[in-house]
Amino acid sequence: MFPRPIEQTAPAMQVMYKIALPAALILWLLPLLGVAVTSVRPASDLAQGNYFGMPSYLAFENYADVFRNTPMGRYILNSFIVTIPTVIGAVALSLMTGFALAVYRFRGNLILFFMFVAGNFVPFQILMVPVRDLTLNLGMYNSYHGLALFHIAFQTGFCTLFMRNFIKALPYELIEAARVEGVAEWRIFWFIVLPLMRPAIAALSVLVFTFIWNDFFWATVLTSSPEAQPITAGLSSLNGQWVAAWHLVSAGSILAALPPVLMFFLMQKHFIAGLTLGAVK
Amino acid sequence: MSSRSFNQRSLAPWLFLAPGLLMFLVYVIWPIGESLLLSLYDWDGLYNREGEFTGRFVGLGNFQELWSDPAFVTSLVNNVLWLGLYLLAVPAGLLIAIFLNQSVRGIRLYKSLFFFPFVISQVVVGLIFSWFYAPDFGLFYNLIEAVTGTGVAILAEEKYVTYGIIAAGLWPQIAYVMILYLTGLNNVAPDQVEAARLDGAKGWRMLWYVILPQLRPATFIAVVVTVIGALRSFDLVSVMTSGGPFGSSRVLSFYMYEQALSEYGYRMGYGAAIAVVLFAIMMVFISGFIWKMWRDETER
Repeated sequence: MFPRPIEQTAPAMQVMYKIALPAALILWLLPLLGVAVTSVRPASDLAQGNYFGMPSYLAFENYADVFRNTPMGRYILNSFIVTIPTVIGAVALSLMTGFALAVYRFRGNLILFFMFVAGNFVPFQILMVPVRDLTLNLGMYNSYHGLALFHIAFQTGFCTLFMRNFIKALPYELIEAARVEGVAEWRIFWFIVLPLMRPAIAALSVLVFTFIWNDFFWATVLTSSPEAQPITAGLSSLNGQWVAAWHLVSAGSILAALPPVLMFFLMQKHFIAGLTLGAVK
Repeated sequence: MSSRSFNQRSLAPWLFLAPGLLMFLVYVIWPIGESLLLSLYDWDGLYNREGEFTGRFVGLGNFQELWSDPAFVTSLVNNVLWLGLYLLAVPAGLLIAIFLNQSVRGIRLYKSLFFFPFVISQVVVGLIFSWFYAPDFGLFYNLIEAVTGTGVAILAEEKYVTYGIIAAGLWPQIAYVMILYLTGLNNVAPDQVEAARLDGAKGWRMLWYVILPQLRPATFIAVVVTVIGALRSFDLVSVMTSGGPFGSSRVLSFYMYEQALSEYGYRMGYGAAIAVVLFAIMMVFISGFIWKMWRDETER
């Protein structure tokens, strides 16, 4: 193990480590802690210049204010309505593309695979004008499905990379044995491969959920009003209206951060497994 | 093998590929081609009454204009700055990973909490740091004031603004790199470490000669995602400064958006040309990545 386990070092070192750990964490999360405290600080504290002391009381009314005076509830709902179908769509499509690219030998297999991989890395701006134009022409501008369809297509690139490598690592004998038995290809996919894909599906679902929930660029390009705007775009436009109302900005930020944070803590193992794919050989 | 099952096997991959491939072609591959073409036109994004494209072919005119456009040059320089400084996330992430790679009580929770910033949307990160830097009451402003006597409003100073935004971007990026290295460290062969230890290797020498070579896959991924992240930076610039003050914190991705889709007008062709430059820069790195993957695949 590297570095040397702390239990094997001098007692003074062990004490130092035990102090350094929480100290480093607080320093690391300082900006976030500041915002979390500000989100429950009453407006009157800010007016009196009490920015860093204890809030005079816990002002959960800031959160109530955000919901009462802004379309925040709507934004959150929109985010879910766009994100959940995207997760389902991208995972479903990439299960199939991943299966095709992992199991079959055919001309162009690797080329197609690398096309998905490369497409996943291109700058969004090279897609922006045509995708916006296409969405407008299809009458889907400022709609849930307009945004979700694009996300599904784009995420399919990353998901295909993931699924293909995952299926490639499954024992190929399973598939060969089934073929000898004369099992149809789609039944191999459905009854043999799919049940083994649960960890991959879980990992990709949490990752795609987080990516899409946090997307800001496409939200600003493809939506324009609270009817369809997800929370990232909504928060950014509210920030323009709340000039210096930091208690509200903070409360809104915490609300926007909450779903992916909960998702991460509930599904931590899968989340990290998905993210670190390829970090070990 | 019967001919029926053989036919099924040559058709099957295409049937499985069809829906995903179709979506990807329509929304990703085709638009890339369209943007490349569009960068040769002067177009305001409108169609005439018959629904025809109204752009005017200008050849490489947009690209010529770019080189004499000071805003473009500023954006390009800032992108280089982003790229260079963002890579600091790699050693910083490694450092934190080494710090946290212990098995004391509660360490799992510490690891998750250190990873926290990556899970949060960049919009929120931008707002958090705007608050952190805010003049008069921002934590950072007060810190500087306490040390030097006068506070600095980072986001209002042309000299500092880009560095301030990059620092905000480094926060989640370091967390990401850290988790890559933690996974990598977890898989370092213990017998090799023990053997090296018996040979008297420790500290930096151990890290450099024994550990880092084993972390190469993690380092590779870390560099790739950091470079891509640096060139994709848009959210933070948009949320924290909208490219200001006086356009000094623009980056290519943001300037492209500004030109093509904002109150400054709808110069789609010119915007596309900026996107093409960004795409070309990115393709250098993407090709490197693909080339390595290709080698790994064909070696097997």
